[in-house]
Parts: sequence; C-alpha cells; structure tokens
Amino acid sequence: MALLETVNLEQKYDGHQVLKDINLNVNRGEVFALIGPTGAGKTTLLRLLDLLELPASGKIRFEGVHVPRSGKHRLEIRRRMSFVQQKPLVFTMSVYDNVACGLRWRREGGESVRKKVDNALHLVNLAEYSNRNAKTLSGGETQRVAIARALVTEPEVLFLDEPTANLDPVSTSKVEEVLAHVIKERKATIVMATHDMSQGQRLADRIGVLIGGEMLQIGSPNEIFCTPKNTEVAELVGVENILKGVISEKDDNLVTIQVNGSTIQAVSDFETGEAIYAFIRPEDITFTHKKDLTSARNMFSGKVTRMHQVGPLVRIEVDCGFNLLGVITKTSAEELNFDIGRKIYASFKATAIHVIRRWV
Amino acid sequence: MTAIWEGFLKALELIVTLDPEVLEITGRTLVISIASTIIAGLICLPLGSLIHFNNFHGKRTLINLIQTFYSVPTVAVGLIVFLIFSRSGPLGFMELLFTPQVMVVGQIILISPIMLGLVIAALSGVDKAAHETAVAIGASQFQAITMVIREARFAIYSALIMGFGRAISEVGLALMVGGNIRGYTRVMTTAISLETSKGDIVLSIALGIILISLALIINFSLSRLQQRWR
Repeated sequence: MALLETVNLEQKYDGHQVLKDINLNVNRGEVFALIGPTGAGKTTLLRLLDLLELPASGKIRFEGVHVPRSGKHRLEIRRRMSFVQQKPLVFTMSVYDNVACGLRWRREGGESVRKKVDNALHLVNLAEYSNRNAKTLSGGETQRVAIARALVTEPEVLFLDEPTANLDPVSTSKVEEVLAHVIKERKATIVMATHDMSQGQRLADRIGVLIGGEMLQIGSPNEIFCTPKNTEVAELVGVENILKGVISEKDDNLVTIQVNGSTIQAVSDFETGEAIYAFIRPEDITFTHKKDLTSARNMFSGKVTRMHQVGPLVRIEVDCGFNLLGVITKTSAEELNFDIGRKIYASFKATAIHVIRRWV
Repeated sequence: MTAIWEGFLKALELIVTLDPEVLEITGRTLVISIASTIIAGLICLPLGSLIHFNNFHGKRTLINLIQTFYSVPTVAVGLIVFLIFSRSGPLGFMELLFTPQVMVVGQIILISPIMLGLVIAALSGVDKAAHETAVAIGASQFQAITMVIREARFAIYSALIMGFGRAISEVGLALMVGGNIRGYTRVMTTAISLETSKGDIVLSIALGIILISLALIINFSLSRLQQRWR
C-alpha cells in the first residue's frame, strides 16, 4: 500500500486550473522528485499533499485512509508530515527554539525536546549556532535550520520545495549532503520539488514530470532522462535534439528513419510508415574530425554552425542536413581544433535514440 | 526666574526626601494607569487578533473607524463616562462617579482604540508566511496564531506603551470623572494642573519631573528590549 496517494486531484485558483487530474503514489521510504518548469504547479501539489490547502476536487489518502477536509484527524495526519518551504521563514527567536517549536506543539516533554533538537542541529551542522537569533543567519544556514526544524519531529513524509533554489553552490552542496544523509540513514520518505534536473537525478528514486499542471510522466530517473514520453518532457529533461521523421524500413527492432533527406538508424518497435520523433541527448553525440573512428551506426558529416562555452564544456551545433547539438569538453574542442565553418563528423549509436510516435 | 529655580530645587528635595504626598499621588497614578493599560490590553489583544485573522465584510471600514478614534478628545470621553455614571445615568446606581474605578473605566475607553489599531497594525506587519510556516511544521490553528502574535511582540509592546502613555498623561478625563479629590482620586496630571493654578509650583515641578522621568525610563527599556533582538 502506498503511504501517500492522490486520486484525480485538481486545484483551481480564481477559476484558473492549476493542477489537472493528478494521480500519484508515494511509497514508504521512497524519494520522489517533482520536476517541471516554474509555474507548473509543483508548489501547489506539495501544499495540497502537506494538507496546507484544500483541493478543488479529488482525494488524498494517507496509509490508504482518506484525509478529511477539516478537523482533528486532519491535524493529526499533518503532524506526521513536515514541509520545508522554498523561502523558509525562521521565527524571531533562537535557532534552538525555532527547531524546538514543532516538538512543543506536539506536546513533547522537556528532556526529549532537548535531545532531539541537539541531534537535529548536529545533523545540519549548526550545533554551535543554537543560541543565535535565527533572523541573523545567512540564506544557506536558514535553509538548514528549516530542514532541522522539519526533521526534528521525525516526520513520516518530508516535503521539500526547491530546497536549494536560492542558494550558492557551496550552501547547495551542504544542503544536499544533509539530504543524502537523511535519505540513507533514516530511510525517510521524501517528496521534493526541484527545477534542477540533475538534483532530481542525484537524489530521487522516482521522478514525476509536472508541466502546465499535468503529470506528464512518472518513472525512474533513467526512464525520464533517456525515454521521455513526449516532446515537452524531452525538452524539460535536456534532450536537445528532437528530430521529426518517418520510419521507412524495419528489420527486427532496428528501424531506419527518414529525417529531412537523411537516414538514421534507431532501435524501436514502431512499424514502417509511422510518423515519429527521434530524441537524442547532446551527451550521446560524439564528434571527430575523421570518418570511421567509431562503431556507431549513425555518422554524418556537417559544418559547425555555432560553438559556445558552458563552464568546462563546449556546446557545438552542426548542420548535417538537420541540426545536431552536442557537447564536448573544452580540452577536446581545442585538441580537435574545432571552429565555426569547419567540416566535422557527428556520430551516435542506434541505441542512444529514443523514438516516440508523432501524431500528425 | 529665581522663583522657578528655587521651585525646581525644592521639587528635587521633595523627591529625594520621599515626600509622602508626592509618593501617594505617584503611586495612585501608576496603579490607575497600569490597571487601565492591562485591562485594555486584555481586551485589545484578542479583539485585534479576531479582526486581523478573520476576513469579513466591512473589515477595512472597521479599521478606519478604529483609527478615527485614536485622537478622540479626552474631555469627550470624560463627558460620556460622566453622563453614564452620573446619578441619573444608566449606570448611576453603581455610585462609581468620582472614584478611582471609574477613572480606570474611562481610561480603558480612551486608550482602547489606539491600542486596538496598533495591535492590528502589529499583526499585519508580521510576514504572511509566518502563519503558514507554523502550520506546515505541525501547529494547530490556535498555536499558529499564538506564534504570529509572538512574532509581533515588539510592536505589541509599543501598542501597550502608547496606551499607557496616553493614560498617564491625560488630564481632562481624570478631572471630570475623578474629581481630583485629595487622597482619593488626585493623580499627577490633575495635581499639577490644580497646584499650578493655585500658584504652588513646587509640587507641580516635582510631579512633572517624575512624570517625564517615567516616560524616559519606559521608552528606554522598551527600545533596549527591541534592540536585543534586532
């Protein structure tokens, strides 16, 4: 039985549909990431799940039991959960008291409060800040206080809304370290919203893709990143080569696809004549300056049309009759002497292509 | 000028030697003003929370109305209380006119609008997210509201101080419903006003010095308290 379950959950604000027909199961001990662009409804879904607001329609079940819309039972269920907001607010009191308030509201006794708060502060590395006024902390420290405050009550489900969205890289990795520890040691059930795809990939067991208020796909990180269900999901998860084509031949599960006058070979179950999209991740494309240096089934020559550096990587766009975008390291780009206008070879494996049906 | 200077020195002497009349008037003034402030606070804090945390039709108008009463003249309140508690008034049977009790009642009416308005303003000044944050980590509605009030505590202290300041410094109401009866309802402001008109400036100056010192001490302590958490 799922720990948390939604049935046809919908939310509307002022007649405007924010969430559509969300059916979701979160199992005990699972880390579930919600990814999606800003405004997709991630925060709204978390707020509904944490019972902070009421849905327009649909149901939420906790341990298989329907959560009532008001009353004591709802509060009891909410007290088995915790929510860390995107921009957490700390109360004007000491760090210790901030972390302790959740326990005090649950009527925990003095000695156990002290023990639990000390543990939680140790966990987020803020033990020595115990007596500081929480309002004087930095953004990253505030975030960690908020996490300690949420964890101290030993929630059965922890909701995290963009836990690192407003943090610098150092604070981000500190917060991620704490989360990874909690996931491993406490076997916590976590539902987190993030627009950082790689964070979802690093921490989650399953990912749900929320776009425009609809849950477009749910699956393992690998499924989501390598086999997106449609072009919207593909674009969101960084599949930057989305090619339109038609299957012209089929041999077992190896298909030949016509793309803008070129032929591509891919692994797929679709039949001849089917209109399709072929998704290729930029990381799966290899660039060389000579032919026949790879075992990949697909190799095209083309001219470099654009190059720009992103951190340690260089993004290269090549015109092979259709546009292909790939990434290589800065060092390789220099060694291979790539430049705009230069003729190079781009190759990718038939298995690196994910094919989906295109409705025409 | 020498008369004033001599008056000032004698006033200091009265304070330093703990003159019984000065002590008695100061004590009564404090008791009446503090009682009014506490009772008004006990009314305004829950009432202000009720108004702030509920959305209802006419809320804005109600708040505007409360703000209008900030500057209601003390003599107007004095007149109303006088009429209510006078022998032929609706509460005349209680025979409270010219007693310290009725002075407290009058001061509560006088300072409640400003305390209520400032309590509402203090609660509105708290980050909207505070209530929801509390709920999100397991507070019941009541606990969340208590937390918001706690977050507004410094502004609420200011509201109490403003009320206390208005109560201790007003003279019209105290004179009208208290009657400035020596040893019974005479407070600092009524004493100063009477003694000055009688030409006895020594007592007036002594009480004036105490009144101003009290204001200074209270405000200083409040700002110290606020600074500790800023």
